[in-house]
Amino acid sequence: MGRLRTIGRRSFLIGSAAVMGGVAFGTYTVQRPHENPLLGDLKPGEAALTPFVKITGDGIILIAPHVELGQGVHSMQTLLIAEEMDLDWGQFSVEPGEPAPAYYNTALSEDILPFMPTNNSFQVETARNAAGSLVKVLGVQATGGSSATPDSYEKLRVAGAVARETLKKAASRRSGVHVHQLKTAHGAVQLPDGTEIRYTELAADAAAIKPVHLVHLRDPADWRLIGKPLERLDIVAKSTGTQDYGIDLRLDGMVHAAVKVNPRQGGGLNSYDASAAEKMRGVSKVLPVTGGIAVIADNTWRAFQAADAVDCDWGPAPYPAEMDGHWQAVAESFTPDRLDSEWRHDGDVDAALEQADVIEAEYRAPYVAHAPLEPLSALVLVTDTHADIWVSHQLPRFAEEKVAAIAGIEIENVRLHNQFGGGSFGHRLEFDNVILGTEIAVQMKHTPVKLTYSREEDFAHDYPRQIGMSRSRGAVKDGHVDTWDLAIATVSAATSQAGRLGQPVPGPDGQIVAGAWNMSYDVPNLRVTAYRVPELAPTSSWRSVGASTAGFFAEAFLDELIHAAGADPMEERLRLVNHPATRKVLEAVAEMSNWGSDLGENRGRGLAMVDSFGVPVAEVVEVTNTDAGLRIDKVFVAADVGRIIDPVNFDNQVKGAVIWGLGHAMNCEITFADGMAEQSNYHAHEAMRLYQCPEIEVRGLENAHKIRGIGEPPVPPAAPALANAIFAATGLRLREMPFNKFIDFV
Amino acid sequence: MQIIVNGTAHEVDVEDDMPLLWVLRDELGITGVKYGCGIAQCGACTVHLDGQAVRSCQVDISDVGNQEVTTIEGLGTPEALHAVQAAWIKHQVAQCGYCQSGQIMQAASMLDLNPEPTDEEIDVIMSGNLCRCGTYPRIREAIRSAAATLREA
Ligand code: FES
Ligand code: FES
Repeated sequence: MGRLRTIGRRSFLIGSAAVMGGVAFGTYTVQRPHENPLLGDLKPGEAALTPFVKITGDGIILIAPHVELGQGVHSMQTLLIAEEMDLDWGQFSVEPGEPAPAYYNTALSEDILPFMPTNNSFQVETARNAAGSLVKVLGVQATGGSSATPDSYEKLRVAGAVARETLKKAASRRSGVHVHQLKTAHGAVQLPDGTEIRYTELAADAAAIKPVHLVHLRDPADWRLIGKPLERLDIVAKSTGTQDYGIDLRLDGMVHAAVKVNPRQGGGLNSYDASAAEKMRGVSKVLPVTGGIAVIADNTWRAFQAADAVDCDWGPAPYPAEMDGHWQAVAESFTPDRLDSEWRHDGDVDAALEQADVIEAEYRAPYVAHAPLEPLSALVLVTDTHADIWVSHQLPRFAEEKVAAIAGIEIENVRLHNQFGGGSFGHRLEFDNVILGTEIAVQMKHTPVKLTYSREEDFAHDYPRQIGMSRSRGAVKDGHVDTWDLAIATVSAATSQAGRLGQPVPGPDGQIVAGAWNMSYDVPNLRVTAYRVPELAPTSSWRSVGASTAGFFAEAFLDELIHAAGADPMEERLRLVNHPATRKVLEAVAEMSNWGSDLGENRGRGLAMVDSFGVPVAEVVEVTNTDAGLRIDKVFVAADVGRIIDPVNFDNQVKGAVIWGLGHAMNCEITFADGMAEQSNYHAHEAMRLYQCPEIEVRGLENAHKIRGIGEPPVPPAAPALANAIFAATGLRLREMPFNKFIDFV
Repeated sequence: MQIIVNGTAHEVDVEDDMPLLWVLRDELGITGVKYGCGIAQCGACTVHLDGQAVRSCQVDISDVGNQEVTTIEGLGTPEALHAVQAAWIKHQVAQCGYCQSGQIMQAASMLDLNPEPTDEEIDVIMSGNLCRCGTYPRIREAIRSAAATLREA
């Protein structure tokens, strides 16, 4: 098992075919459930019926194992359990899952295999399950990849049903009434004579019996909670300033820390002079950390001021110091030796292009920061034998491993207390705050240390989205799109991230062409090729990952081809589309936007459709070209996630993702000068503000075969739909983000 | 020096130029007020000084004087919500929620000064408050609904 475990850990990150190496091992291991992590903490008379349900004499606690970053995952996960348990909304409290193998995320693997997410043939299902089994063995409790909903949908309803049936069995034993005559409602078991036994009264009895594992899930027709609008559980706290985030925590005797680390990401520290900083009020010491220094003070502001006052001599950046060097590396990567994948080749592209008038275009997508509004923080306490860390993290198990390694403490004695995050968008997959916080705490054993990043420090170490380019060559015939050779070259954010986890990445990185290679269009001759740019500045997953760049490259150039063919963007896509659920989202936005109607002078509408994370999303953007600049008036979105669990959160997530996609396409990029990011705060990386926000109309469809998450998929179509709308209104083709380099927005 | 926060006087011993934000958060432990940027770009730190919205990261503590500081905790509580907070809950505005203390304080101050803001006025006044999660459509709805409630009251 030891060896398999090592192989498995590595295979998890590859994002590709080598996952298949994991198929063979241990159906036994896979089927054996992980230990229930709640059992260790139980007091007499308390029951933990599954890893997700804990009942005490006082109340019912449901465990939401994913980290709450604003995506509403706590409400969504507990809703599924509560539905099957017959709990009323609000009749329970929520606790985050402690990092434990039982909270594995099996959905994350779905899109790391090279099959089209819309392809549900038997082989594909089998292979997906193999990868899911692999993740289960590894015990990866990850939040990301829009995976929370597919991960939870069945698992948590089963957990709720197991709890319900076990409570009924306990009630049956106590009352002598046969279990088939018992019903459950409002958090109680009901006997035929009308008496009720509260679940909380049954906790001790239930703890003493074996859980019932053969359960039936409720018929969707009987659902009380799923699919109905509900008030999200954290809404009152978040509207009254009473929700604590990682950055708000305090412990007795705590000190405050700020760091200053080489802004040339990964570069070293040659020397530093802290003499001025050490004399500043409230500063107790200045400590070395990897790549920089940390200031310890009695207040965050004093720590920030003192960190500013430390004079550091930084080493060079391990990547090109100026942007020209980055773009050059990308441009030079369209070569056979950099070929990463060619997962799509329909027809014969080369032969078709030889006989045609070729239309060519090059597109660019810059580095972009995540910059969630809550800066990074970590509260860490290290003793001789134990370490505790309070942080909001998407990979809690890996974070615990980092702490254990730095503190020299057994992983069993490290505990990560996952906190509410003030946004993430992929930022909280990184470990800098965990590593540096632990490095400081190790030098100050028994003192709790709260490390807070200044916004400037956070921007300097953001690990932005991948930089990339595409080169498209295509041709039209008889008024239709006929041939398209789409080549995409980006750095591999997956490789960069895996490198920081000490993992190699064998095999291709499917994210380079995500949203493009799997496009649901039957173009007679179509090839999608990925090239991997050698590592430049470190990058990481940014809301919607590869599809945020590949989706732009694909859907904006497709618009060029359709224009060249003299066809209508909607009609031509509807002619090309080959997948029923995807066709429906196109038809939906056509109807919503009254596609084809006259918009009037100086106005235009643009369409884009991208399928990412298994969710087809079509968007129509309407713009007006005013004297003062371009205004985005309205956006229509249709998306199909198979089933909508919470319509309010669905609507909120879709709108947020559209705003995210549009805002960053309008005005955000990270550029490097002298090896350092030039954008240090929101004034230089603004994204959308309220006055620019269009009206957004959302329609959720439920035709797709599988249930999927919605946090990311509406991002990729936003930028190309905007570019296509700008073309329609102005005749200007924008082939590079951010668009404000070429056009003003009002 | 002394400052009055949510009706209570506090004695603080800090540098004159320490921003009100950090006095509230670190010296007084009032953490509903948030740090987002420190340079007046995000509005997460918005509080009221004598009822007017200000960015607390830009106010030196020595300039506060006798002015009443109100933070989100002083605006309303889960048991006794301010009309703006009630509207925020009704319209389920928050995603991560980190910006929302600042959004709510800005909106409450705007409606106090101008009970019937036009859509354009809302756009202008609320645009200093960033929301990275993109809750703007719901912020607009909640403000219109809070304005209606306040007018009826
Ligand atoms: S922290 Fe004050 S405006 Fe951003
Ligand atoms: S709700 Fe997350 S920043 Fe506004």
